[in-house]
Amino acid sequence: MDSKFKQLVIDNSDSIVQKWMGEIGSLKAGNYTATISDELYENTNREFVNVIFTSIRNQGSTKAVEDFSEKIINLGWPLSYITDGLQVFRRVSTEYLLTQSEEVDSAYFSNVLASVDEWVEPLIRELVNEYSGSWEHILSLQRVALQELSAPLIPVMDGITIMPLIGTIDTERAKLIMENLLEGAIKHNSEVVLIDITGVPVVDTMVAHHIIQAAEAVRLIGSTCILVGIRPEIAQTIVNLGIDLSNFPTKSSLKKGFTKALEITGRHVVDIEVKQNNIEQIIKSIQGE
Amino acid sequence: MEPQSCVNIHKEWDIVGARQLGREMAKRLGFGTVDQARIATAVSELARNIYLYAEKGQICFEFIDNIEHRGLCMTAVDTGPGISDISQAMQDGYTTSGGLGAGLPGVRRLMDEFDIHSEIGNGTRIKAIKWVR
Ligand SMILES: Nc1ncnc2c1ncn2[C@@H]1O[C@H](COP(=O)(O)OP(=O)(O)OP(=O)(O)O)[C@@H](O)[C@H]1O
Ligand SMILES: [Mg+2]
Repeated sequence: MDSKFKQLVIDNSDSIVQKWMGEIGSLKAGNYTATISDELYENTNREFVNVIFTSIRNQGSTKAVEDFSEKIINLGWPLSYITDGLQVFRRVSTEYLLTQSEEVDSAYFSNVLASVDEWVEPLIRELVNEYSGSWEHILSLQRVALQELSAPLIPVMDGITIMPLIGTIDTERAKLIMENLLEGAIKHNSEVVLIDITGVPVVDTMVAHHIIQAAEAVRLIGSTCILVGIRPEIAQTIVNLGIDLSNFPTKSSLKKGFTKALEITGRHVVDIEVKQNNIEQIIKSIQGE
Repeated sequence: MEPQSCVNIHKEWDIVGARQLGREMAKRLGFGTVDQARIATAVSELARNIYLYAEKGQICFEFIDNIEHRGLCMTAVDTGPGISDISQAMQDGYTTSGGLGAGLPGVRRLMDEFDIHSEIGNGTRIKAIKWVR
């Protein structure tokens, strides 16, 4: 029975495709696809309906499904584009099959529904799986990229290194901070390491604990670790938590921390302009006498 | 404003979700940046304790808004192993995981009201409130 329906749909693919294209086209108006060019939208729709028919014809042409869902992701279109499209296809083919018969009793009706479901369901599952699978892949790549960015160490000057931390710190990142800090401090021969937490949204006991441990480890290799960028509200919560930072150096801003680092390494910043002005003034005053 | 919102804690990153919701609700109640940070930190502590010691649980937030007071109430519930000696767990520096042992006593200081119930084998329930001043 249902192979007959299937054949009917395949044989009349032209009119079904036309109806489908029409309905999908009207979906574009008020939703997510509004900003997409008409041409791209239509071409993609055409490709979509081809994928649908290929898959119905030879059950499980996975390659086409794979390629198509990857394309939708690369275009940045939402999953609902795929599910809407298949929903419309289900409706259009059901309607088409129902109009092909003179008399439609409930048995016929449920037969049509059942057989349409039979070829649409696996396709929905496959496309959705492909789509989410590709997302997971992208996500895992991004995780790697993020990890590489998560604890950077910047040697700004002989003996002075800065680690700017931005964003949430989880246990994995906390470990990286420790590793990079020690490795970097040794590699760059840093006398002073500044950890800047301006961009860390919450400093809870776990983050504080890891920072304290990192600072202690840095001290063990003979360098000084200064914690900088402690925002006033973070300073308050650290005190409320009862965390004692008194025996390790902190500064409210990176600027102050850097000045301290210069001091420790026996340097200070000299303003050349001012110095020259001073010299000129001295010369002038000497000439004036 | 919806009366109650909850976040399930299953993975480490759920802690971030709970924190964000807590901060968002605190902001809506008109808490200043320092209190927002206190609330977010308290959420972080309770959520991490659930993640570390009970594996699974939930943190719920509720607005308290009546004639007498306005505030944010958070409830952390888990069905983990429970805490055998609560007064010990509430002491600064007590930890079974090599941490700082500052979480629970810290939350009590960060918030205005604090209430803890725990039963061995049945789980832990912690309720904490911050009042808008
Ligand atoms: N939800 C819970 N279920 C079971 N045990 C808990 C729970 N929360 C806390 N505990 C126990 O209470 C102890 C103290 O908790 P607290 O949060 O104060 O410190 P910590 O988690 O050990 O370290 P920190 O929070 O400073 O990183 C924990 O070590 C743990 O044994
Ligand atoms: Mg804790």
